[in-house]
Amino acid sequence: MSWLQQVLEQGIFAVTAEAGPPKGPDIEVIRKKCAQLKGAADAVNITDNQTAIVRMSSFASCLVARECGVEPVMQMVTRDRNRIALQSDFLGACALGIQNILCLTGDHQSLGNHPQAKNVYDIDSIQLLQMFRLMRDEKKFQNGEEMKGEIDVFLGAGENPFADPLEFRALRLAKKFAAGAQFIQTQAVFDLEIFTHWMEEVRKLGLHQKGSILAGVIPVKSAKALRYMKNEVPGVVIPDVLVRRMEKAADPKAEGVQVCVETIEELKKIEGVSGVHIMAIAWESIVPEIVRRSGLYPRPIKSEVTSP
Amino acid sequence: MIIGERKPVKEILQLIGDRKKILVLGCGTCVTVCLSGGEKEAKELASLLRIKKYQASDYTVERQCEPEFIRPLDYRLKEVEAVLSLACGVGVQALADRYPRTPVFPGLNTTFLGMPVEQGRWEERCGGCGQCIVHLFGGTCPVTRCAKSLLNGPCGGSKDGKCEVKPDRDCAWQLIYDRLKLQGRLDALLEIQPPKDWSPSRHGGHRKMIREDMLL
Repeated sequence: MSWLQQVLEQGIFAVTAEAGPPKGPDIEVIRKKCAQLKGAADAVNITDNQTAIVRMSSFASCLVARECGVEPVMQMVTRDRNRIALQSDFLGACALGIQNILCLTGDHQSLGNHPQAKNVYDIDSIQLLQMFRLMRDEKKFQNGEEMKGEIDVFLGAGENPFADPLEFRALRLAKKFAAGAQFIQTQAVFDLEIFTHWMEEVRKLGLHQKGSILAGVIPVKSAKALRYMKNEVPGVVIPDVLVRRMEKAADPKAEGVQVCVETIEELKKIEGVSGVHIMAIAWESIVPEIVRRSGLYPRPIKSEVTSP
Repeated sequence: MIIGERKPVKEILQLIGDRKKILVLGCGTCVTVCLSGGEKEAKELASLLRIKKYQASDYTVERQCEPEFIRPLDYRLKEVEAVLSLACGVGVQALADRYPRTPVFPGLNTTFLGMPVEQGRWEERCGGCGQCIVHLFGGTCPVTRCAKSLLNGPCGGSKDGKCEVKPDRDCAWQLIYDRLKLQGRLDALLEIQPPKDWSPSRHGGHRKMIREDMLL
C-alpha cells in the first residue's frame, strides 16, 4: 500500500509537495528538489508537462524520486496520450513500484510552448480514474478485456473549488469519488471564504467521508507573482486584500511564507480537510520551513505507522 | 456540404421520452441535398411518429443555422413540448439558443463535410483544419482522407490503391501520387513536410471568424 495512503488512513494530517521535472535531461535537478523535500512531505507530486510545456517525463522523474527515497505521486494528464498509451504507461508505472497516480485532464496546449500541437483528450480525468480503477479492481482494460496481475495503486485527482460554476464544484467532486478517486488535491487556496463554503457543500454531500481531501497552497515570493497568478493563471482566485498585504510587506518573501503558514493553520481547522498540498513552484527549499511553522513537523516515519 | 445521417427511429423515440407534442423540423439546405433532413424526410418522420401516437407536426425552414430563418418559428414553438431537429449540429444549436426553455433533440448524426461521389453515396473531403494545404497534394487532402493524416507519403498499409483501415476506401496517397505523376510534379512529394500547425483547427479551441468591415 502506498505510504501516502497509509498516512491518510491513520488519520494523520498529510503533507504532499510538488516537484516539476527539468526542461532537459539533467536528473540532478530532480535529485536536488527531492533532497529539499525529503522528510518534509509524505509524498511528492511529479508533474506531467505542466502548463503544457515540454519537460522530462513524469514517469522517468518518478523513478528518480524513488531512488532518492521520496514517494512519488505520478501525475498523468489526458492531453497528450490516448487510452492505449495511458493504460500502457499505467501498467509500466505500477510494475516499477509507483503507487500513487494523480489523474488530470491537463492544461490546454495552446497555453504552453507548443501551441501548434494537436491535443488528444481521448478521455477526461474522470474517465481516466474510472479506467485505472477498472484495471486495478476488476482486472479489466477499458474495453472490458481481461487482464492478468495485481495492481496496488492509490488513485487521486485534482479539483478546483474556485472555478465557475461554483455551485457545480462539489457535485463534480462527487463524480470524481464515484469514478474512483481516493484522494483529492485542490487548486491553491488563497480565498478561504470560497474554500470554506465549498467544504460546507462537500460535507453536506458527505463527500469528505468518500476519500481524503488535501487543500492546495502556494507560497508566493512577491506581490508581482501574486498579481500574475491573479490575472494570468486561470482558475486561481486571489482576494485584493491579500495583494495589498504583499505590496505593503517590507520583506515580501517572509510575508509570502507567513501567509502560507496562516492559510495552513486555517485549513487544519476545517472539518473534512485531511492534509495540505504545498506547491512551492521553483521554491522547493522553502517547504520544510512552512511545514515546521505550520506545526506539521516532524512527518511520520514508516516504522511508526502500522500498515492496516 | 454538410452530410448527416438520420438516427435510427428507436434512438429518436428514446430521446423524445414521454413528451407527446413534437415538432419535426427539417432544414432546406445541406441535409436536404444529402436526403437526410429536408422537407420530405421531416414529413415522413412526423407521420411515423403520429402512427406511434405522438402529436407530431412538421415544418421545414430554409436554413436552421441562421437566426433570421428560425425567428418565424416562435409561435410554432409555443405549442410543442420538444423539437426534433433534422438539421446538422449547427442547426440544432441555433434552435436551442433561440428557444432555451424547449428541449431540442437531434434527429440526425452530423457525419462530415463531403460530397456525393455517385448516386446514393457521399464521401468526406474536408476536415475543416483551418489551414488549407491541399495544393501541396494535387488537390487531394491527406489530413482528411488518410486515416493517419500522413503528410509525407503513404504508410505501409496501402494495397492496390486501398486503405488498410477501410479497404473499401481509396488510399489518399495513391490518389495523390497518381495525380502529381499525371501533372509531372512528383518532385513536390520529395520535400519533407514539417509538422502541421494545428492551432487554427479545432485543437486550438473553439473557433470564430470576424469580418471587421461587415460588423455593424
